[in-house]
Amino acid sequence: MFVRGLKRKCFDGEEDIEGTLAGIKAIPSYNLQRQSLLDMSLVKLQLCHMLVEPNLCRSVLIANTVRQIQEEMTQDGTWQMINTQSTGQTSLDRLVSTDILCRSSREQAEGKQVPGYSSFSKDFEDDQTQDSSETMSTSSSVQTPRNLQSNVWEMENPQESRGNFQKSLDQIFETLENKNPNSVEDLFSEVDNSYYDLDTMLTGMMSNTKMGHCDGLETFSSPTTATSNSNCKSDLNELDHIVEILVES
Amino acid sequence: GAGGGNDIQWCFSQVKGAVDDDVAEADIISTVEFNHSGELLATGDKGGRVVIFQQEQENKTQSHSRGEYNVYSTFQSHEPEFDYLKSLEIEEKINKIRWLPQKNAAQFLLSTNDKTIKLWKISERDKRPEGYNLKEEDGRYRDPTTVTTLRVPVFRPMDLMVEASPRRIFANAHTYHINSISINSDYETYLSADDLRINLWHLEITDRSFNIVDIKPANMEELTEVITAAEFHPNSCNTFVYSSSKGTIRLCDMRASALCDRHSKLFEEPEDPSNRSFFSEIISSISDVKFSHSGRYMMTRDYLSVKIWDLNMENRPVETYQVHEYLRSKLCSLYENDCIFDKFECCWNGSDIVMTGSYNNFFRMFDRNTKRDITLEASRENNKPRTVLKPRKVCASGKRKKDEISVDSLDFNKKILHTAWHPKENIIAVATTNNLYIFQDKMN
Repeated sequence: MFVRGLKRKCFDGEEDIEGTLAGIKAIPSYNLQRQSLLDMSLVKLQLCHMLVEPNLCRSVLIANTVRQIQEEMTQDGTWQMINTQSTGQTSLDRLVSTDILCRSSREQAEGKQVPGYSSFSKDFEDDQTQDSSETMSTSSSVQTPRNLQSNVWEMENPQESRGNFQKSLDQIFETLENKNPNSVEDLFSEVDNSYYDLDTMLTGMMSNTKMGHCDGLETFSSPTTATSNSNCKSDLNELDHIVEILVES
Repeated sequence: GAGGGNDIQWCFSQVKGAVDDDVAEADIISTVEFNHSGELLATGDKGGRVVIFQQEQENKTQSHSRGEYNVYSTFQSHEPEFDYLKSLEIEEKINKIRWLPQKNAAQFLLSTNDKTIKLWKISERDKRPEGYNLKEEDGRYRDPTTVTTLRVPVFRPMDLMVEASPRRIFANAHTYHINSISINSDYETYLSADDLRINLWHLEITDRSFNIVDIKPANMEELTEVITAAEFHPNSCNTFVYSSSKGTIRLCDMRASALCDRHSKLFEEPEDPSNRSFFSEIISSISDVKFSHSGRYMMTRDYLSVKIWDLNMENRPVETYQVHEYLRSKLCSLYENDCIFDKFECCWNGSDIVMTGSYNNFFRMFDRNTKRDITLEASRENNKPRTVLKPRKVCASGKRKKDEISVDSLDFNKKILHTAWHPKENIIAVATTNNLYIFQDKMN
């Protein structure tokens, strides 16, 4: 497995150097590159949670990439090794830089069990001195995403501390769905025009409504946490009633 | 040298948009579409505006060039909205425009943002009634008791006014972001597709739509695939296709069942094991699917290639064209800067030539018959009308020849995602970030 990293070809922009070790400059090991890709992907997923709804296609593709890496790492046995390490928290600077366009290389490996993988940039030259403590750096960068994740999740799920990677991924999807509970989802799966018309009406009429009506409406329009079907339905009934009054006035 | 399509020689014709290098976000072009006659060309932008250009009638004295496209109508199609339930903004960016075939004097088009589709009527007014009995010329009402004589109002000519008015608003049917709309060949219904669902609408009915595809898993944690594009078959009004982020295309027949969750055909090419990497799935994600005009073939665009499929053969495409294979070794960087998620569109010229965009303001054409391809650039430097565009070449590795551009010099911020081909003539519209280029073939 580690042989793969050593036999990697290096394109230096002129010609292929036919499979010789002499052509190898400092190229990072496969594991380090893979780890960096994993870290990068996790950061990307977390940056999704911004003001505008995240692009679902992009999120799904990144999440699938993360799963792929995780599966491979589990098969390799490297995942267990990383999980048992406990080192201090490190900053995002540990992310290996991939600014420079990466150089390609064809996999020469005989065994096709593991997918081939493109190499990273020349920046890794500097990291070669740290190769001896590679295990250390690998595990510390794993801590980074987990800590990042827990920072994000803590804002929303303070009680839950997810150490399990798979569960973290699931949480990302939950958040991608913006925690819309299934019940609310079902409620609006049929085109429920009356609700949305109400919404637009409310925005226009907020200034005109009496205070008493506003209170009830405001609590409804603020983001809800998980509610049951019946709660929503009764709120809607109440809302319908209020709307009737508004419309008539 | 290489020529695309019976050696069409493409010449610069016009460019629309600001010359500024500093691009205003709202001016970013997000969709381009010719109408069925080709006389009108519509663009949508990130600011929610639609601009329609109209081709001038051909000037008989200037037989060497076709009519120019000039602004015909501009209107604000969509406004930004706020989803109170999710506390998120709904972008006003126009994702797609589709024209309806012309039935009377007015023109109709569908435009959509992430959540709402609108049917717009664009009509001309070149006369107005004058001489009302009960109204003054400025519109004020007259006191009926002051009316002593009666006259018949007459139409008098006025300066041409083009008005756009929203005739239908199709809202609240999509939880996820709409990526496609497609008008059926019956010209009465159309489909709209978001990441997980496809709905069927009747153009006259706005308060309900039918869900015809739903790939949302019961548990969102199991979500691994989304819908990326959908289109109705051009002739068969019960058939449509949709593509996915895993590189598959499903053809569905609406006669089979109300909910088309079982495809009639599944088009998928087996993966090439020698090219496999962590990015394989991402680059296989299909960004656009288009039927040929005949409906016999369909074209798909994924990150690196264009594939032509014969509807009768599901297990592999009949042709594959590499758009920018030199990017395969750069996938890691393109993943880092998110370019790998760029959604390029593609378009047909009938059934023979296909066109798609790339980076550095390059766009590519592939001639299916001659098997020749060409790379051209949309740039203000080639500004002279009737000057043939010079083909471009990207140097992937090795020594860079003169006039070639090395991969590392490509500008990945200059991407051509949207292109359109006139339905009848060799006129193409190519959108860079905020400019619209029109090219035509050289007429002798």
